[in-house]
Amino acid sequence: MKSHVWRPLYVVIAFVVALLVFRFFYVPNDFGSGKRGFMYSFHRKSNEMEWKNQAAKYGTSGRERMHEYCSACHSNVVTVRTEKLHGIIPCEDCHGPAMNHPEKPEKLNIDRSRELCLRCHTSLPYTTSERHRIPGINPKTHNTGAECVKCHNPHNPSMEGMK
Amino acid sequence: MERREFLKKCILVVAGASVPISALTLIDPKKVLAANPDIQWAFLVDTNKCVGCGFCVKACKTENDVPFDANVSRTWVERYVYTKDDKRYVDSPKAALYGYTEARVDLGRGEFKEIDPKNVGKAFFVPKLCNHCSSPACTQVCPVGATYKTDDGVVLVDRTWCIGCGYCIMACPYGARFFHPVAKVVDKCTFCYHRLSKGLESACVNACPFKARRMGNIHDPEDPITKIIMNERVGVLKDEFGTKPQAFYIGLAQEVR
Amino acid sequence: MVEQVAQHIVVHGEAWTIKELFTLPNEYIYWSIQIVMYPFMTGLVAGAFVLSSLYHVFGVEKLKEIARFSLVFSFALLPVAMMPLMLHLQQPFRGIHVLMTPHFTSAISAFGIVFLTYASIVASEIWLVYRKYFVQTAQGLMAMQNRGTIDSFRMMVFQALTLGAWDISHEAVEKDHKACKIMAGIGIPVACFLHGYAGFIFGSVKANALWMTPLMPVIFICSAVVSGVALCILTYVIVQEIRKYMARSKMARWARDADAPGAEELEAIKHTEVMISSNYLLYFMIAAMTLEILDLIFRGYTQVKSWDILREVIMERDFFKIFVMQYGIGNALPFLMMILPGRTVRRTTIATILVLFGVFMMRYNVVIGGQAFSLSFSGFMDYHLPIFPHDVETFKEGLFGALTVIATPFVLFYFINMFIPAFLKEESTH
Repeated sequence: MKSHVWRPLYVVIAFVVALLVFRFFYVPNDFGSGKRGFMYSFHRKSNEMEWKNQAAKYGTSGRERMHEYCSACHSNVVTVRTEKLHGIIPCEDCHGPAMNHPEKPEKLNIDRSRELCLRCHTSLPYTTSERHRIPGINPKTHNTGAECVKCHNPHNPSMEGMK
Repeated sequence: MERREFLKKCILVVAGASVPISALTLIDPKKVLAANPDIQWAFLVDTNKCVGCGFCVKACKTENDVPFDANVSRTWVERYVYTKDDKRYVDSPKAALYGYTEARVDLGRGEFKEIDPKNVGKAFFVPKLCNHCSSPACTQVCPVGATYKTDDGVVLVDRTWCIGCGYCIMACPYGARFFHPVAKVVDKCTFCYHRLSKGLESACVNACPFKARRMGNIHDPEDPITKIIMNERVGVLKDEFGTKPQAFYIGLAQEVR
Repeated sequence: MVEQVAQHIVVHGEAWTIKELFTLPNEYIYWSIQIVMYPFMTGLVAGAFVLSSLYHVFGVEKLKEIARFSLVFSFALLPVAMMPLMLHLQQPFRGIHVLMTPHFTSAISAFGIVFLTYASIVASEIWLVYRKYFVQTAQGLMAMQNRGTIDSFRMMVFQALTLGAWDISHEAVEKDHKACKIMAGIGIPVACFLHGYAGFIFGSVKANALWMTPLMPVIFICSAVVSGVALCILTYVIVQEIRKYMARSKMARWARDADAPGAEELEAIKHTEVMISSNYLLYFMIAAMTLEILDLIFRGYTQVKSWDILREVIMERDFFKIFVMQYGIGNALPFLMMILPGRTVRRTTIATILVLFGVFMMRYNVVIGGQAFSLSFSGFMDYHLPIFPHDVETFKEGLFGALTVIATPFVLFYFINMFIPAFLKEESTH
């Protein structure tokens, strides 16, 4: 390769070598493909553990274990609920995540807003959906502005439980 | 794949060889596999049961640090309302984060459609999320290998490596991906991978009071979800793209895209 | 108690997207003006190079002047091709990852390798064409008695540019010419690849009903060549006008040389180059237009599931942008202007401006148009280009970001021209 015309190529090769050296230090060495091959699972393997190690916020798992989890301290409320319709609603849906409760947070949120109840109890005229089987009201006409919990007990929502 | 088959056969042979001849019974492969769990997570949505309460969206955003105020979500619920005069209305106000508290349909640009209750034909709710496809178009197009499918079937994004080009967002036929406003990289449903590995259910599955959302291991034939998928009539979204989605739907109407 | 009202978090894309009817919650126009600029700029790069290669490879003698110019201008355009991407990325400092862990199943990963290959080829070709000039200039500066600081700096730069190859004998320069021809020959398919892959980026997205077509890479290549040739013709005419003025007023150093070209000679050169280049422009325009119309006809004929929403976007909402601005003003009008008898330089120049506008609108209509409809096929998204930025994001992905990208090649060209002069009176390099 005596001819001088090859010199630009040497410059390019030097650049590529520099790039590869940089790459050697920069790229983590656990980059590779998983079971789904290069196309679908080329990644940095240690990322999987990073995702697994993320802290969970909601504590309960499954409706059945929810009652064990909360009834340890709140047995009065939980007992009433399990017999009534709201027994299917996980406590954390309304009260927020409770994984480390009562260490952190010490107190869970008690949401008394109308909007919380209206999620299910706004009456919608959909006969082909389960929504139809939930007793509902028209929020624009039914005691507008008032908190639902003023009259209805969310832990015992039957008519007998009315205040 | 061949190696896996070979290993399975080896296990069978070893298991068979260790059984005394007098007590020879047929080895049940299911039992063998149950001892070596081979997990592929799959999701089952029952649109017949969904009431549009939106607790799943609230739980997901809380669990996974997606700001409530941001107009993006890892999961959402769509409402379909068909009127008797052959019109179809679809909406998903704030991704159903606050549920559906109005009968009027959100048409965007601040406009709403009031529908006469007597005019309502069929109406239902469809929860949606990342389908964690078997052949995901999104992982195929990532230029740097920041998004990938794990061995147990979950599609994840490496937050330290994503360059934020948005190609995966364009490639996803289901609209499951978005730019996280705080992390400034791509985000999407992870099946709550951090909860699965701790033996907990995903936040949305945990939150749903009506069992409209469920998850299971599709490689475990004893899994109740697998039994439903194998034995009942289920559908998937947009299967024409060949992505092989792993979120299955009961009660999917053909107009749902 | 005063409540802190937090400012509403605006997610990326929300600032310039107006959503209508039913769109999925995560859908926004994520690929906005910078993604329109990117294929436009790389198209100019590829087209400029093809024009230069028409001379170097195919020996179209009459194109010598504009060929050298477009080679240097293509080099000025190269770094600018990266700018829109850096401005678009949510993590621009991680842009290097495309070179670090390229995922080759993704068309975008080709960017790193193809871009560097192409840059190497253009740089090599420029070196081969200008080596004699570098050597002569370096030697002249080295021989100077009282060198000032600027001249010392210039001397060092020119010395470095020679890459140590000081032999400018006739045989050595002949070797340069031969190698240059080979470089230009290799460069053409690489230039096609540089832009073909950009078309592939869009054409392979099966999720997008407008983008998905096998014709996309070819359409992009043809319109890239169109835009590159048009820009070179336009810039060439403008620069020649400037040089004519300088020749008459004897302003620049070169104009005071005894054998410097006069204004009339420059005018004659300009006329020849423009006439011949514009023929090639016409050929590629025909190819580009044919493919685009073909794609449209196929869609309207086959009427697959996406047709209803696409028809509403193409024929109604974007009708003006597509048929009036892109096909009408940007394609048909300049085409007519150039094929009608009595074509003049002035008419051709105006036509090239319209052609560039048409190519830009084509990129715009593909990128933005593909995001104008929802995946649900039941809703739309309107794009509003941010004019006055109120934060970093609306600057980067707004009008001023786009203008920065357009202006930069000209700025770069000015500086590059100081060391690699686009106009050099010399014997034929072919």
